[in-house]
Amino acid sequence: MLEQLARLGRVGITFLKHLGRANLLLFNILSGVGEVLRRPRLLIAQIYSVGVLSVLIISVSGTFVGMVLGLQGYYILSQFGAEQTLGVMVSASLVRELGPVVAALLFAGRAGSALTAEIGLMKATEQLSGLEMMAVNPIRRVLTPRFFAGFISMPLLAALFGALGVLGGYFVGVGLLGVDDGAYWSQMQSKIDLNKDIYNGVIKSLVFGVVCSWIALFQGYDAVPTSEGVSRSTTRTVVHSSLAVLGLDFVLTALMFGE
Amino acid sequence: MSDTTQIEEPLVKIRGLTFRRGSRAIFDGIDIDIQRGKVTAIMGPSGTGKTTLLKLIGGQLRPDAGTIHVDGQDIHALNTRELYKLRMRMGMLFQSGALLTDISVFENVAYPIREHTDLPESMIRKLLLLKLEAVGLRGARDLMPSELSGGMARRVALARAMVLDPMMIMYDEPFTGQDPISMGVLVKLIRKLNDASRLSSIIVSHDVQETAQIADQIYVISNGRVIESGSPERIMNSELEWTDQFVHGHADGPVPFHYPAADLDEDLLSGSRMESSC
Ligand SMILES: Nc1ncnc2c1ncn2[C@@H]1O[C@H](COP(=O)(O)OP(=O)(O)O)[C@@H](O)[C@H]1O
Ligand SMILES: [Mg+2]
Repeated sequence: MLEQLARLGRVGITFLKHLGRANLLLFNILSGVGEVLRRPRLLIAQIYSVGVLSVLIISVSGTFVGMVLGLQGYYILSQFGAEQTLGVMVSASLVRELGPVVAALLFAGRAGSALTAEIGLMKATEQLSGLEMMAVNPIRRVLTPRFFAGFISMPLLAALFGALGVLGGYFVGVGLLGVDDGAYWSQMQSKIDLNKDIYNGVIKSLVFGVVCSWIALFQGYDAVPTSEGVSRSTTRTVVHSSLAVLGLDFVLTALMFGE
Repeated sequence: MSDTTQIEEPLVKIRGLTFRRGSRAIFDGIDIDIQRGKVTAIMGPSGTGKTTLLKLIGGQLRPDAGTIHVDGQDIHALNTRELYKLRMRMGMLFQSGALLTDISVFENVAYPIREHTDLPESMIRKLLLLKLEAVGLRGARDLMPSELSGGMARRVALARAMVLDPMMIMYDEPFTGQDPISMGVLVKLIRKLNDASRLSSIIVSHDVQETAQIADQIYVISNGRVIESGSPERIMNSELEWTDQFVHGHADGPVPFHYPAADLDEDLLSGSRMESSC
């Protein structure tokens, strides 16, 4: 009994220590914002490797998710004779939920794991220590641009995901199943609200961008500097990011759409 | 009276240094002086904390007790800006080379210059070609670090460590894992650079022969203490049993070959007993 209590306490303390280190790291990352502004090249290079290189997987997934939504939505809506509202259903699901959430999950798998592995390997091969000994702050130089690249890329990737999803739904609904072309777009236009739907979706993806980049960078920076440690950290990045995204999505949805 | 110049303040002065990892004391009150213009070697078996010592001198780790003065400044009392300024005058050669993997050899060596000076590109190029020539790798400037052999990577790292003309260079195991030719090249290079550029060098290593060849002064550390120090001749002919074993690589001596274990016979017997009981 006492032993279990002690074990619980140990887990709690370890968790709090991690949280403390992660917060300290975030603070240090954010304090490098001036350096990023002074050297925009660093940021642009990272937006390329974090964002642009994720475009393919995001595009393909977005298109297919939209197509499936079109198909499933049509079968359900047509039972009630409401298939002309398919556009609303597809776009609302994408803009409110699937765009930000699925894009974030894919981002964690594609870009987050790569970030963790890169930082972890830089640590294991003493590149971070090497920078420090060259009087260069490795957090500001290496981590900060990657963090902001994730923060900037995430909403753009989610928007791309949503846009291609809407087109995929259009292709299936209008092109294959015979929903009226004009109805698909006009219903969407009249029912999707800028504040309620678009802004909230963007806020979600900004939050997810921060969380996914933060987790990925922390796991890399905190990795045990061996090949085994780096691979374990990479796995942790994907697991923690996915759980955080799903959990936060519920909280954010409740806050945004509650009442 | 007459030899005031000889009692010159050492470049690095370590006093009462204590450093712990968990409950284990890696260093337990050691004193070391690194003289200016000399090659000082710090030797000890793997895991004694040689890399840790260099990180302490570079201010990457904090001691639990004791002080380290570098060029008269207490390195752990400096603020970040002062520390970075001092580090610009310290070069460090990491065991793995620690080259940045995503940029070329040229850019790696140029990195500290671009970072800390505003020299025009043409000057950087000239300076770099000279530094790369000094380590014999002017022709390899467009290669990526992944295309270098271990010995070449270490020489590139050496060029990078020297590029800002530091007052000292710290070498972490420079000879480990080198083939005999690169080893010979490095040994000569380290000595030559030290004497030509009026540097001070610190080598931490467990490669006894090579290190003894170029060092002016050797410290032998083990179990968190300095066991012996002196000239290479003195260390190589040491009376101390421990140093003798380490320097000449005897299997028997104060450092046991076997990891602590139960008696062999007992171990074998207990194994068979377990088997039969299954
Ligand atoms: N980051 C670390 N965390 C915990 N222990 C460490 C760490 N780095 C090194 N050590 C331990 O400190 C001791 C000294 O390490 P090190 O300085 O690398 O030895 P050396 O360079 O002499 O082989 C080793 O026993 C090692 O296990
Ligand atoms: Mg070492």
